[in-house]
Amino acid sequence: MKRHKTSLADFRPRIERIERRLFLKQSLSLGALTMLSGCTLKDDDAVDRLLFAMSRFNDAAQAALFNPTKLAPIYAEADLTTPFPFNAYYDEAFAPVIDGDAYRLQLSGLIERKRPWPLRELRALPQVSQITRLVCVEGWSAIGKWGGVPFRIFLERIGADTSARYVGFRCADNYSTSIDMPSALHPQTLLALDFPGRPGETKYGFPVKVRIPTKLGFKNPKFVTEIFVTNDNPGGYWEDKGYNWFSGS
Amino acid sequence: MSDSARAPTVQPLFLRIVHWINAVAVIAMTLSGWRIYNASPLYGFEFPAGLTLGGWLAGALAWHFTAMWLLAINLLAYLLYGLATGHFRRRFLPLWPREVLADLCDVVIGRAIHAPGRYNAAQRAAYLLAVAAIIAAILSGLAIWKPVQLQELTALMGGFETARRVHFFAMAALFLFLLAHVALALANKNSLVAMVTGKSEPTP
Repeated sequence: MKRHKTSLADFRPRIERIERRLFLKQSLSLGALTMLSGCTLKDDDAVDRLLFAMSRFNDAAQAALFNPTKLAPIYAEADLTTPFPFNAYYDEAFAPVIDGDAYRLQLSGLIERKRPWPLRELRALPQVSQITRLVCVEGWSAIGKWGGVPFRIFLERIGADTSARYVGFRCADNYSTSIDMPSALHPQTLLALDFPGRPGETKYGFPVKVRIPTKLGFKNPKFVTEIFVTNDNPGGYWEDKGYNWFSGS
Repeated sequence: MSDSARAPTVQPLFLRIVHWINAVAVIAMTLSGWRIYNASPLYGFEFPAGLTLGGWLAGALAWHFTAMWLLAINLLAYLLYGLATGHFRRRFLPLWPREVLADLCDVVIGRAIHAPGRYNAAQRAAYLLAVAAIIAAILSGLAIWKPVQLQELTALMGGFETARRVHFFAMAALFLFLLAHVALALANKNSLVAMVTGKSEPTP
């Protein structure tokens, strides 16, 4: 297993891409449009435009359907899926192994207190744990137990502008995703520090994963190294390839 | 009837439009659904990729979540029309199991009467089952799309994993109906013509 220390250099390609996107303004639409082209109906841009417009309509429909107080069903220890499936855009062997002592969670965007957070300080915040079902966009599901800081408490602690529209995540495995603020503030959304699997296993996202039981699995980033708050939809790894952005459960 | 131009309308325009929109929606939902199924097969087989719609999982999902509106809104219009105009009562009732069985035997031995707009008992049962399968597909689809927001519906379906299977079998039932429906429509061109022009051709 390779050691993975995060530094700004790791994010340079990503930052450049984001700058390019901000320049383009219609970033998400362009990115997703490009991806849908040639992947759905061959050379039929009108169809791709329709599918893309419907995906944005479905974002709005899902946001309207989202009830901020509706809780995801809770399961018992006996229901846990073991072993919990590993899933990422790469094989399990390539999952980053991060040094917990050197780790710092970076903050940026519309946040008052951007001081990076070491793991032990995250551990000092109030901790909860819950057993919920993770539903993958591929159709399968698995029940796992995650523990950590209620994300709303963390957002309040760092002085995040919770009137902003989006929370974005960047990860040590070059993954990224973003969610709407109402989902970020949902009572079950967790800054997870404890994961399914045996103690010491790091493949499920150590040291920090964001667990959102009201979202499909790919909206639950592992190995999170940076959290940012913004009013411009940051898209994400799969979202930019054409998957529906809201992807709520 | 000797002159098809003067023949009475057996399939009203509204029904013909709803029928063909439904055909497009059901085929789009089925073929994109097959691609989605292939991403995580439930039953040890995959659908031939060449028959599916969407090219890859994200494309198939985009198709599926577009066509679902067409399917659901069209079905709603059909149900409202059928209930409000008495169309369901006139076309689908009465429905006695004995009649259905007798007419089903006639279908099998090729002696069934297919008069456009006047359904035999086997047809009445088949069309009602097709509508029921679409409703089951929509409800189980909602249950697996929104297992948190619509968790009561998901629970009613037996939970997320059971709802996936209900969704699969609703598709399978609808697809079997589609095969029989297309085969019988091609064997009874009169009913096919009536579903396009609304008029019944003279019977030989």
